[in-house]
Amino acid sequence: MSEPLQITEPAVAAAVDAALAAIAAAADSAALKAVRSEHTGEKSTLARLNASLRSVPNDQKAALGKLVGSARGRVNQAFASREAEIVAAEAEAQLAAEAVDVTALPSRFTPGARHPLALLQDRVCDVFTGMGWEIAEGPEVESEWFNFDALNFDADHPARAMQDTFFVDPPEAHLVMRTHTSPVQVRSMLEREVPIYVLAPGRVYRTDEFDATHLPVFMQFEGLAVDKGLTMAHLRGTLDHFVKSIFGDEAKVRLRPSFFPFTEPSAELDFWHPTFKDGPRWIEWGGCGMVHPNVLRAAGIDPEVYTGFAFGMGIERGLMLRNDVQDMRDMAEGDIRFSQQFGMVV
Amino acid sequence: MRVPLSWLAEYVDLPPGTSLDDVHAALVRVGLEEEDVHTFDLQGPIVVGEVLEFIEEPQTNGKTIRWCQVRVAPEGERAADGGDAVHGIVCGARNFFVGDKVAVTLPGAVLPGPFPIAARKTYGHVSDGMIASARELGLGEDHDGILRLSTLGIDAPVGTDAIALLGLDDAAVEINVTPDRGYAFSIRGVAREYAHATGAVYRDPAAQVPAAAASADAFPVEVRDEAPIRGRVGASVFATRIVRGIDPTRPTPAWMVARLKLAGIRSLSLPVDITNYVMLELGQPIHGYDLDALQGGIVVRRAAPGETLETLDGKVRSLHAEDLLITDDRGAIGLAGVMGGASTEIGDATTNVLIEAANFDPVSIARTARRHKLPSEASKRFERGVDPAVAGAAAARVAQLLVDLAGGIADERGSLIHEAPAREAIHLPDGFVTGLIGVEYTAEEVHDALAEVGGVVTRVDGGVDVVPPSWRPDLTANVDLAEEVARLLGYDRIPSVLPVAPPGRGLTRSQRARRGVADALAAAGATEVLAFPFVTAAENAVYGSADGAPVASVRLANALDATVPFLRRSLIPGLVGVARRNLSRGFTDLDVYELGLVFLPRADRAYGSAELPIGWERPSDAVLAELNDGIPAQPRHVAVLLTGDVLPKQPGRAAEPAGIADALDAVRRIAHAAGAEVEFAQGAHQAMHPGRTAEVRVGGRLVGYAGELHPRLTAEADLPRVVAVAEVDLDAIIALASDSVEAQPIGTLPAATQDLSLVVAAEVPAAVVEAAVREGAGELLEHLQLVDDYRGQGVPEGSKSLTFALRFRAGDRTLTAAEASDAKLAGAALAAERTGAAIRE
Repeated sequence: MSEPLQITEPAVAAAVDAALAAIAAAADSAALKAVRSEHTGEKSTLARLNASLRSVPNDQKAALGKLVGSARGRVNQAFASREAEIVAAEAEAQLAAEAVDVTALPSRFTPGARHPLALLQDRVCDVFTGMGWEIAEGPEVESEWFNFDALNFDADHPARAMQDTFFVDPPEAHLVMRTHTSPVQVRSMLEREVPIYVLAPGRVYRTDEFDATHLPVFMQFEGLAVDKGLTMAHLRGTLDHFVKSIFGDEAKVRLRPSFFPFTEPSAELDFWHPTFKDGPRWIEWGGCGMVHPNVLRAAGIDPEVYTGFAFGMGIERGLMLRNDVQDMRDMAEGDIRFSQQFGMVV
Repeated sequence: MRVPLSWLAEYVDLPPGTSLDDVHAALVRVGLEEEDVHTFDLQGPIVVGEVLEFIEEPQTNGKTIRWCQVRVAPEGERAADGGDAVHGIVCGARNFFVGDKVAVTLPGAVLPGPFPIAARKTYGHVSDGMIASARELGLGEDHDGILRLSTLGIDAPVGTDAIALLGLDDAAVEINVTPDRGYAFSIRGVAREYAHATGAVYRDPAAQVPAAAASADAFPVEVRDEAPIRGRVGASVFATRIVRGIDPTRPTPAWMVARLKLAGIRSLSLPVDITNYVMLELGQPIHGYDLDALQGGIVVRRAAPGETLETLDGKVRSLHAEDLLITDDRGAIGLAGVMGGASTEIGDATTNVLIEAANFDPVSIARTARRHKLPSEASKRFERGVDPAVAGAAAARVAQLLVDLAGGIADERGSLIHEAPAREAIHLPDGFVTGLIGVEYTAEEVHDALAEVGGVVTRVDGGVDVVPPSWRPDLTANVDLAEEVARLLGYDRIPSVLPVAPPGRGLTRSQRARRGVADALAAAGATEVLAFPFVTAAENAVYGSADGAPVASVRLANALDATVPFLRRSLIPGLVGVARRNLSRGFTDLDVYELGLVFLPRADRAYGSAELPIGWERPSDAVLAELNDGIPAQPRHVAVLLTGDVLPKQPGRAAEPAGIADALDAVRRIAHAAGAEVEFAQGAHQAMHPGRTAEVRVGGRLVGYAGELHPRLTAEADLPRVVAVAEVDLDAIIALASDSVEAQPIGTLPAATQDLSLVVAAEVPAAVVEAAVREGAGELLEHLQLVDDYRGQGVPEGSKSLTFALRFRAGDRTLTAAEASDAKLAGAALAAERTGAAIRE
């Protein structure tokens, strides 16, 4: 036990000043801890002054007690406030030390991509399912009956030759690589009850040389509607709605007289858009028409009761027009850069 | 079909100043698609000149040139180029004489090439222009010397504009003629269509020369078709005329040469040019025979067995019993409607000509042309249908031109067989056209449009009866007539009405699942590609058969690339090709995938159908089932290929090379997106690394393989040694996936976690141990994860230590550590029983 100290105002003030100076000088929590021990610990002047209160006369106890108590209060308050400062500064320093270059972080993300033709096909399907249509599919190696005969292609008619068909060996077996997705239309009519509203997307094959504007394997989508009272006006309405859905409200459709064995009347489908690279113009995109009565008959549908319309377009050409693809070979070669520039959105 | 405007203008009024674009625009409106334009592509001044004199000058290079003085303008006038009336011109040709009229291209002219003409120094002279050859003018192939205008029968004054004189100012539109419009392969048909499009006045060229009256004592012709194809006699019409005494030396006039040239046909000789000219004008193919080479009359019949014919092109052809022949007493003299024979060909010395204008069965001609690979201008027209009523007029037109241009004398008698059936009327009920097209046409509009296309329209009760014109074999049904009305009145009148389909159900489950799979793979960093499905036999043998057993493949009869005539049984060869291409372009880290059909014929059966249903009615279900049974299976597969690094080296992180684990992950991703649970087991596939192959099962069924390609194959393909691949039958996975999820209650009570290390023989698959632990631990086990596979110190040789992290939870109480331990030990006990696993102390 140390000697009691004389409690005087100067002595208390000196102890307080020394403590406050030391607190202010403490730079971090370790230093502050040492200061706390030195200036408020058991052996500190203030503690000893406080302990000395026991030996002062009673009549002075109140005054001196207040003097020492207030001194200790000021010192404790200074500790608390300095401690908060230091904790905050140290937390900040830790955060500063944890900073990273956000532009140099390792990444597990690899930008994968759907093929833009597949994406565009999905979008086309969505437009039609949104109208209540079904998406129909069929085989790519197909019987000639579905690919030609049922579609009103006479075996000897030049129209059959205009399709540049891949035949499966031996040709007498009458199997072909489908030249269009129209056989799916026939299958749809055979399998479903009227009314029928189906879209048939998929790969088709023609013996075209592989170059910037031709692919021997390409993707088509064909629509077919069979119902009571359908007219060419409904065909045009469907096409108008479709091109606006895919190309925007300014797109419009033009029909030109043409010939296909499976439609009568038949039309070439041109569409117009203001943002084509070479300026607004009409661009040929496919064929369409009213389903030929012979096609309905081959599918067991009475053409006296029902009419239908059909249309078919190439997805590749759609992609070329929409996204300014210059060379069709890019779509087929599998160079990852081609798909990756589209990512997941077309 | 190429249509020179000057020719078109003869039969329909073209307003002055009508351009090629105007004509195209008009024809497109009625369905004749724009293809191209053709001009002679030259500029004047090109004038008629007269060779006044020339000096032959031998050159050191062995050539002899002629230094000519050519009058190019009348005396006292300036030439068309502003120069003197007489130009000095160096000419390399020597086929002309003083006094010859020639075509002179003056400085400033441009010949096709383009080949601009200017005065230039050559062979010691200034050559002030050029004397042109026929080829230089674009008129023909003749380049043996310069064009002497007298050879074209021209003697025009010096200085005359030779461009107009030779018809070189004409131009042609080229249109694409659809297969139903045979009549548009003629000026006659196109002029009519132009009239339909513009309302211009039309003059039928077939009406300009009357056909000769058929005469019994005219040239004898007989059609003796004993084997009509599909019930149609081979020749329904056969008209002949005879013209005698033509002058074989007469030239084809320049205007005809120019028109033929623009139409794409080379001038050969006057009689041949005339037959081609009339074919183009009327659409009726004509054949001319040297009358003196014929023996007896003509018989049209099918070929006899073993019969042969030397055709005009000099080839001897073995004939087929279906080939329709023109014969005389000595045998075959022509393949009817396809190509004439050599023995009766019109030659340089022919003076007497037999003209044939016939109508042959389209199917017969099409088959013969295809069989002998002889698509000709004639067969093209017959296949599409020629007007059976025009033959007589066409023969008369040829006779007229042979008289007018070749100096012949026409025999007024003609023979004519005309067995073509009369056209039957098509009934068109009132309102039918409106009901199909959706435009409120008036009865007058319908009537007038059908009359305008040449139909004979008769008002009957409830509608009209229409007899289609003879030149429109394509008009056979009411819908054909509806199209005529719609196109003549304009497709622009068709309004836009959106039909309302019955409420739909969106994509099917399979379509949704496939899209989910494709999206999931791309979202995980893979790139979708679409490879062609054409492969080699070897690729199918290796990639398309797991155990090496022989497999069948679909083979194309007419593959574009003969090295890959088969259809893929596996998607992997396509991905290998894609990988090679990308590697060659510098991309070493690849993660690609494809969804597509594979073609899986069985080896033990044949496919296809020998006979197809005929007729416009629904085949029976049995017939349809047979057709479908003849089509090989074509399931949709999905395959992935990875090589290089799946993650590149980056700051603070090493590169992660692709391997079998990534292939399995891709399969997990596929199955997950499809809603299926997938299981792996050690597998074997001849295309894959024997120790790094997993077979993929869903619901116990084998659906594919995942792993690494056999290093022998990657070496052969010039790929890195490690190429991870997986291929699964997506259709099967989707079919096997559960299509609904039964939701389990989510336990909220605390979990207990414990680890379990088991030492087991190295060859025991972890999955077997895992399954035993799972089963033994029972339903308290909520989750199990293999966290370590350790071999080495502390574990006996030939064994491994597998460590599992286990998480236990009960639905109704907080588990005690003892309960969790009991469950763990029960799992370990079952693993011990099944695999000999021991808890590692």
